[in-house]
Amino acid sequence: MATILTVDDSPSVRQMIKLVLGPAGHAVVEAGDGSEGLAKAKAQSFDLVITDLNMPVMNGMQMIKALRALPSFVGVPIVFLTTESDDAVKQEAKAAGATGWITKPFKPEQLLAVVAKLVRA
Amino acid sequence: MELDPTETFRQEAADLLDSLETVLLDLGQTPQDRDLIDAAFRALHTIKGSGAMFGFDKVAAFTHDFETAFDLIRKGKIDANHDIVTVSLSARDYIRTLIEDPDSTDPIIGEAIVEELQRLIGGGASASRSQAAGTEAQSAAEPEAEEPAAAGWTIEIAFEPGILRNGTNPLALLDDLRSLGPCVVAADLGTVPELGALDPEACLISWAVTLESACNRDEIEDVFMFVRDEMKLVVTPLDARAPKFAALDMSMPDAVSRAGEGSTQAAMADAAAAAPPSTTRASLPAAAASPAPVAEKAELNRRGEDKGTTVRVQAERLDELMDRVGELVIAQARLSQIAHSGSDLAIKAIAEEIERLASGLRDSTMGVRMVPMGSLFGRFRRLVHDLSRDLGKPVDFVTVGEDTEMDKTMIERLADPLVHLIRNAIDHGIESAADRAQTAKSPTGRIELAARYVGAQVLVTVQDDGAGLNTARIRAKAEENGLIAPGAAMSEHDIHQFLFHPGFSTAKTISALSGRGVGMDVVKRTIEAMRGTIDLTTIPGHGSSVTLRLPLTLAIIDGLLIRVGEGRYIIPLSAVEECIELTAADEARAKGRSFLNVRGELVPFVRLRDLFDSEGEADPHQKVIVTSIGDTRVGLVVDQIIGSHQTVIKSLSKLHSDVTMFSGATILGDGSAALILDVAQLVTLGQSRAESDRTSEAA
Repeated sequence: MATILTVDDSPSVRQMIKLVLGPAGHAVVEAGDGSEGLAKAKAQSFDLVITDLNMPVMNGMQMIKALRALPSFVGVPIVFLTTESDDAVKQEAKAAGATGWITKPFKPEQLLAVVAKLVRA
Repeated sequence: MELDPTETFRQEAADLLDSLETVLLDLGQTPQDRDLIDAAFRALHTIKGSGAMFGFDKVAAFTHDFETAFDLIRKGKIDANHDIVTVSLSARDYIRTLIEDPDSTDPIIGEAIVEELQRLIGGGASASRSQAAGTEAQSAAEPEAEEPAAAGWTIEIAFEPGILRNGTNPLALLDDLRSLGPCVVAADLGTVPELGALDPEACLISWAVTLESACNRDEIEDVFMFVRDEMKLVVTPLDARAPKFAALDMSMPDAVSRAGEGSTQAAMADAAAAAPPSTTRASLPAAAASPAPVAEKAELNRRGEDKGTTVRVQAERLDELMDRVGELVIAQARLSQIAHSGSDLAIKAIAEEIERLASGLRDSTMGVRMVPMGSLFGRFRRLVHDLSRDLGKPVDFVTVGEDTEMDKTMIERLADPLVHLIRNAIDHGIESAADRAQTAKSPTGRIELAARYVGAQVLVTVQDDGAGLNTARIRAKAEENGLIAPGAAMSEHDIHQFLFHPGFSTAKTISALSGRGVGMDVVKRTIEAMRGTIDLTTIPGHGSSVTLRLPLTLAIIDGLLIRVGEGRYIIPLSAVEECIELTAADEARAKGRSFLNVRGELVPFVRLRDLFDSEGEADPHQKVIVTSIGDTRVGLVVDQIIGSHQTVIKSLSKLHSDVTMFSGATILGDGSAALILDVAQLVTLGQSRAESDRTSEAA
């Protein structure tokens, strides 16, 4: 049971993440863009963050950098969602402080596998 | 109740496509606007990504090329021009049908759109396509390079020191390796310094793992996929491994692996100690009080207000709520009636309290049904864009008062009439660019769509700066159609009303868009069915404007309850001007003609008793309710005026669709029904009777 922050401007993606992770026993907190995600991350602690990269207001890359600058986020895994096959984006996000990624479109099993890989009881 | 994510995607995609349309239209005006380009890219990106996730594969595949195109625009490799905007608009429409009604789509259309895009952006997208194809080919080729299955593997693992900070947990990765088969893990602590020099956030341990498993190399590398670039990973098949190392591992397997894990755990614990969670939490309120985060918070709040927190509710549920509230208002009226006829003070007090609550609830419910006109206005931008292109008339489309709110059902019913009016304005109103040049007007026409509140009504105006109405031609056409006698004296305003006549068209040529003579009469009927009015004004050479005057809501009105014979009826209070008594003297003066002298002005009146064939004795003191629609007035003669009444409108059943004098029905406090008079129809009736009275008098 982990507390997971999901940041995506697409409500359907957030909903799907919630539908997959909720029944697996995780508590999912939603945010609609990077700055909302950052605000929520400052307000409570999380075991994992799953974020989109392309978002209005504050994009995922900026949010990951800001999260990594928070003392409370040292060692907290951050996973980003990407449709890009191109490695440059992954490199950039990793350099910003991301732990891993999930390639969109993903299946529920893939999401669960990544969460299980990064969140330990 | 959890919603189906597919349904959420449909709704989300519909919203995204709407905003994409707006963004593209804006982009047509300001092709360099970075925010617009980013917004278009994001919308396409989300539609593609989420589409693929929820099984809309065709949507994802089709959207791919446009996402790529906008990515190129975003990166400044190609420019967004008018043609790209136009083809993207077609693509947007195609995506919409792919999502909403995939069976009706024709792949040929989709291919044509993509081909057009490819032509416009040149090699850009096709290059990325072949690149994508290349990647696929490459990944397809990979399995061929697979090694024969080995009995096991040795894996040497060394991470970059910084990986702990970014959330990678080496122990979890070792666990993942264990899930592939039995492991022997040896930790190398050689690079770990003395405790005093230890950086608790650095990962300095490296590992050597012997894995007994028939798994292939990819499965092992997949375990480390997220950290592949921040580590040294050497995977060697067990057979090729030096026997010396095997002996070493066998000699002290468990102790070493435990030592390794223990020290890593210690490192992690230290890392946690370096940034104690309790300190972080305790410092939060203080941090929030410092100026910078406060400003940030204010910024967030402001944005929150801008966006508005919204909840999606199905329209039917809203209607259901409105029905319930309507029933509550009726029940409350009955309660009030009983309470006030009795003498129980406690019941009276409760009845008043419930009346207050019910009217509050009614107002809030109506408020929930209110939507800003902007949602409707947005649709017309596309219409104007397309019409202006098809007709070759450049047009600026200006909207005013988008935040004016109206009942959502009204807004939906307003869409078709407005489409007609805007089409007319472009097709007939705005002159061709050549004609405009001759009159020293700007070559670009202007159409303004405006909405504003006037009392409990909303005025919606469609105004163009075209040539204005040709009164002479309308008159000639009316004479030709036998609507007026040649040379009859008529005001310009009255002549213009012929435009609302069924089958009336003065267009010289019938275009595909308008000029078929259907339209304006339908518009007028629709608006009147919404208890609204329509008016036309024109200034020759400077344009014309059509004004729609509409009530804010259709569901509940203030009515005047009256009695005619045994029946009770409702007259919408908005149409009532005044109530006067029909004295015997008036009757005598009228001499059988139905005219009433209201402060020196002759107003025709209609006896509702006659109209409804009422039985029983007429009340000796007949009352006249003077009602008006626009500038025309008519008196309605009734037996008794009971008082004002909050009227929840129930529509008449289809059986009564041919009834013209009533626009609906309502339930009264005592549970009986009352019909609602259609004042517009009665005014027309009164006027036509007055007309025949005049002619019979003339004869």
